[in-house]
Amino acid sequence: MESRALPNRLGLWGWLGGGRWGYERYLYTLHRLTGLGLLLYLLMHIFVTSARVFGPESWEKMMEAVTGPAFKAGEYLVFAAFAFHAINGVRLGLIELGFLVGRPIEPIYPYATSVGRQRPVAIAVMLIAGALAIWGGLGFILER
Amino acid sequence: MRDRTLWTWHIVAGLVILVFLGLHMTIMHLNSTFPTFNNPAGGEAESWVNVAWRMKSLFFALTYVVMLGAALYHGLYGLRNILFELNPGTGLRRTINVALSALGLVLFAFGAWVAVAAPGVVSRMGG
Amino acid sequence: MADTNLKQVLFRIRRFEPGKDREPRWEEHKIDAAPGMTVLDGLWKVKELFAPTLAWRSSCRMGICGSCGMLVNGRPRLACNTQISELQSDVVAVGPLPNFDIIKDLVPDLSPMFETHRELLPYLLREDLQEQEDPTGEYWQTPHELERYLQFSYCIKCGCCMAACPTVATDPVYSGPMPLAAAHRYDSDTRDGGFAQRREVLADGRGPWRCHFAGECSQVCPKGVDPAKAIQLMKQDLVLDLLRLRARRPPSKVLGKPSGKRREDVPAAPPRTVK
Repeated sequence: MESRALPNRLGLWGWLGGGRWGYERYLYTLHRLTGLGLLLYLLMHIFVTSARVFGPESWEKMMEAVTGPAFKAGEYLVFAAFAFHAINGVRLGLIELGFLVGRPIEPIYPYATSVGRQRPVAIAVMLIAGALAIWGGLGFILER
Repeated sequence: MRDRTLWTWHIVAGLVILVFLGLHMTIMHLNSTFPTFNNPAGGEAESWVNVAWRMKSLFFALTYVVMLGAALYHGLYGLRNILFELNPGTGLRRTINVALSALGLVLFAFGAWVAVAAPGVVSRMGG
Repeated sequence: MADTNLKQVLFRIRRFEPGKDREPRWEEHKIDAAPGMTVLDGLWKVKELFAPTLAWRSSCRMGICGSCGMLVNGRPRLACNTQISELQSDVVAVGPLPNFDIIKDLVPDLSPMFETHRELLPYLLREDLQEQEDPTGEYWQTPHELERYLQFSYCIKCGCCMAACPTVATDPVYSGPMPLAAAHRYDSDTRDGGFAQRREVLADGRGPWRCHFAGECSQVCPKGVDPAKAIQLMKQDLVLDLLRLRARRPPSKVLGKPSGKRREDVPAAPPRTVK
């Protein structure tokens, strides 16, 4: 619909939080960023791992091309991104199917919102994802 | 109706990825701290010995195909969501739909071929 | 009157004069704030003393009409419901609600939100039109059935949730928390039979599928409506419907008038124990 008024949408800044926002807002942004990162990695990964179908020499050459500290660091980031995206994804999957949000209640101030109700789960998500990232990190270090 | 169905498959794909990619990450990156039988030569998961062993396995061929399909769908649907929320015009929406579907199908075909051809490659080499 | 509790507070107000300004600008005014003054009281003081052309919407000044939604110190709030002291700052930055076009100063154009609200059919849809025009009795509903949607009926349409939502920040097609919570309020009302009709409207980008539970709508809602909860419950409903697992029941019947006759299954009263 037309309006002669001045447009005032927050745009991408609205995705990034726009200011003093809650914890779940940042989890939402991080979930998007890790998702995009994982997708980009997947697209490259399909090509890199396809080298195996052309035999061991082709495979070794490809593996050599992706050695080095930069690649190792990148792979670790992918692992950490997966750890976060997967565990947070479980939380989001449960919530968006209507679990963990609670029943409709009579709103009595201070309001007990669905966000507050799932907050312990959100914190548990960060702790588990962090623990997994550290465990994975150990694996990367031990493989040196 | 379409959005609802696409979204539901997105959640289902997420579950599939959780299981299979979790297994994949364990085999590839947690092998030193949590070894499984999937790296029979021990050591690095990406050494040819271990890779060839997995290439021969029907279980891995099947699960790689399933995981690839689920991951491509889940990731490209997520990308489509992000792009659509930036409010493209109608023509651009159709282009995005076609381009992402085509990309997904092509990559799936290629990756599935690699996974299914793998056992043949290894047995031809006598390994 | 003792003026010892007065505190100097700086009001930074986002001004925009259509036709005169090309962009909004900040204007600062210092006022004396007494304890108990709300942001709305502060705005009236500024208008009275310094800025007679300052424009905003307000009406009830008690948090029920939903007119005075504004961005106060970075969060969407009702100006009448926000104490200056609760902001814990000497600076009160007031701007118009984001994600809506600005008509003038602090006045947002809420008509897109109301149009979307209308498109989601926010009223009881039933087939017995004659009964609705000319009611013979009330519709049957238990207190438990009322609880399923009562929370979502407290919405005052202030638009704070829309201003807080990250999806509404970039996407004008997405309905936003207020229309979706209102649609869910009717879908979970047992007197309503319009789920199939609303489902058609909710099928595309206007539906709940672009909500990713940032939860900001529920955190800023001044009435505790919790639109985030309504939207996730709506998704559950729609997915159950897709899997053909949603309990289908006709809308509640009309309660007949009392017949005047005593029911046979009512037991007789026990004998009196008090003389």
